[in-house]
Amino acid sequence: MEWKEEGDKRPLSQRPEWSDVTPVPQDDGPNPVVPIAYKDDFTETMDYFRAVYFADERSLRSLHVTAEAILMNAGNYTVWHFRRLILEALNADLHEELDFIKKVANGNPKNYQIWHHRRWVAEKLGTDATSEELDFTKKILSLDAKNYHAWSHRQWVLQELGGWEDELDYCKQLLEDDIFNNSAWNQRYFVITKSPFLGGLEAMRESEVNYTVGAIIAKPENESPWRYLRGLYKDDTQSWVNDPQVSSVCLKVLSAKRSTVFALSTLLDLLCHGFQPSQDFINAVDALKTPDLDLSDSNLATAVCSVLGRMDPMRVNYWTWRKNKLPAQTA
Amino acid sequence: MNGAYWGLTTLDLLGKLEIVDQDEVVSWVMECQHESGGFGGNIGHDPHIVHTLSAVQVLALFDKLNVLDIDKIANYIAGLQNVDGSFSGDMWGEIDTRFSYIAICCLSLLQCLDKINVEKAVNYIMSCKNLDGGFGCTPGAESHAGQIFCCVGALALTGSLHHVDKDLLGWWLCERQVKSGGLNGRPEKLPDVCYSWWVLSSLIMIDRAHWIDKDKLIKFIIDCQDRENGGISDRPDDAVDVFHTYFGVAGLSLLEYPEVKAVDPAYALPVHVVNRIFFSR
Repeated sequence: MEWKEEGDKRPLSQRPEWSDVTPVPQDDGPNPVVPIAYKDDFTETMDYFRAVYFADERSLRSLHVTAEAILMNAGNYTVWHFRRLILEALNADLHEELDFIKKVANGNPKNYQIWHHRRWVAEKLGTDATSEELDFTKKILSLDAKNYHAWSHRQWVLQELGGWEDELDYCKQLLEDDIFNNSAWNQRYFVITKSPFLGGLEAMRESEVNYTVGAIIAKPENESPWRYLRGLYKDDTQSWVNDPQVSSVCLKVLSAKRSTVFALSTLLDLLCHGFQPSQDFINAVDALKTPDLDLSDSNLATAVCSVLGRMDPMRVNYWTWRKNKLPAQTA
Repeated sequence: MNGAYWGLTTLDLLGKLEIVDQDEVVSWVMECQHESGGFGGNIGHDPHIVHTLSAVQVLALFDKLNVLDIDKIANYIAGLQNVDGSFSGDMWGEIDTRFSYIAICCLSLLQCLDKINVEKAVNYIMSCKNLDGGFGCTPGAESHAGQIFCCVGALALTGSLHHVDKDLLGWWLCERQVKSGGLNGRPEKLPDVCYSWWVLSSLIMIDRAHWIDKDKLIKFIIDCQDRENGGISDRPDDAVDVFHTYFGVAGLSLLEYPEVKAVDPAYALPVHVVNRIFFSR
């Protein structure tokens, strides 16, 4: 049984293998509220689908009509559901089904029904499907590196079927392609915390901090590595405050005076957690102030909030709120 | 059914619901109900949790919740809760925090939240919390404004917002506002009108809405209109659709735009509809 690439293109009513079937029209009720103007070929395909669906005919021709219906509308979950029943009844070759899904996904990479069907098939195939699933999601991600469905499926594959060995390298490659890819940063965190081949978050921390600092220096306006850096110190804020790499990357970015918003907000968080700034920090922040700001009376944290309010005016209310919330003893 | 909800709620927010024939809509909605109690997307379609909520919301707009067999729907939804507290979308088992919100919102509107295990539902949602304060579709998944709306909404409706780090999440959410004034759903993505809803309603539910620039967002949404043919698109000059039209109008409602009725950020229904359900019985 094959998924025929070049299938019979004749209308179903003209195909001999369907001659015994009476198509069933859609019943929209006596007064349809907003009836859709379907094309003739769509109407015909769905009429034949309804015929076999209501008859619960789980045959090869039923399988083929579900394929045609899906290619016309990949969102019809009733058709997908019936297709699953047919696949089970026929004990179909599910590797071929993966090929069919790949074909449909090409035009519909964000369709929930397709991804769910893919997962159903992969679950049945188990570890036989691992490398194919990793390849498939990789291909989808090569077209859209942030496709949320693809990432969700890939995470499921890794956790249920395995294949962690090359995942950190894959993240590295994606970040080389686009250092701003937040999905890749999220996956990187997923890998270093969950991969059975790495030592876990604490063991990976030092090398990851080095990597992240490099990413920050390259593009200090990139939100993701700043958040990632903070995440590396999950449950251990004191180590984050005390790590000289964290404070020094802030200082480096501040001193360069370019794209400093995240460096300033990180410094603010450090100060709120007891970081004791050297004179270098005070000078660096002072150098960023706009002429209208008088920071002479301010402690450093207040000064940082004031500068942020000027530099990031869209979020001025947030920075004002941070300023008002500062503990009395912050440096 | 989702399209009916988007279109009809928009009409209600604009004060024009009466142009639709209520009886026709209500009878069509009921014809979409399956024997399991769930609703399908159209007549003869299989039931799914997403269409079940939309059906209940549409009936609520017309003050016709009384046509429902509440127990039947509640049993359908309760049957979709899994051992870990998560919810499946339908009998085929897809799990996503969207479905947690849908289940909780639906049963809350029907005033029978006790039919599910709320504590486990909340625990599952919390397992999807990420270090940036946001939430994904499943544990470990990237924080995404749409999923965040679902999780925060579900927590709000179950009185569990104290689990949210409002300051941290509020900051992540207000960082979604980009130069054009529009909102994106994740760092470094393009703005899209629908995030005017997902991000803003989340911010309102955690009392941090004032952290975005309201005027710039209004301007962005207004610019997404098709002034010749009507409707709103995902970003300026793209083709319109009813989905983005609804979320644009709902976003404007949250921003208190004149002549748009108030919308409830957790139930995603006009406030007068929610009040009618809870305060007039």
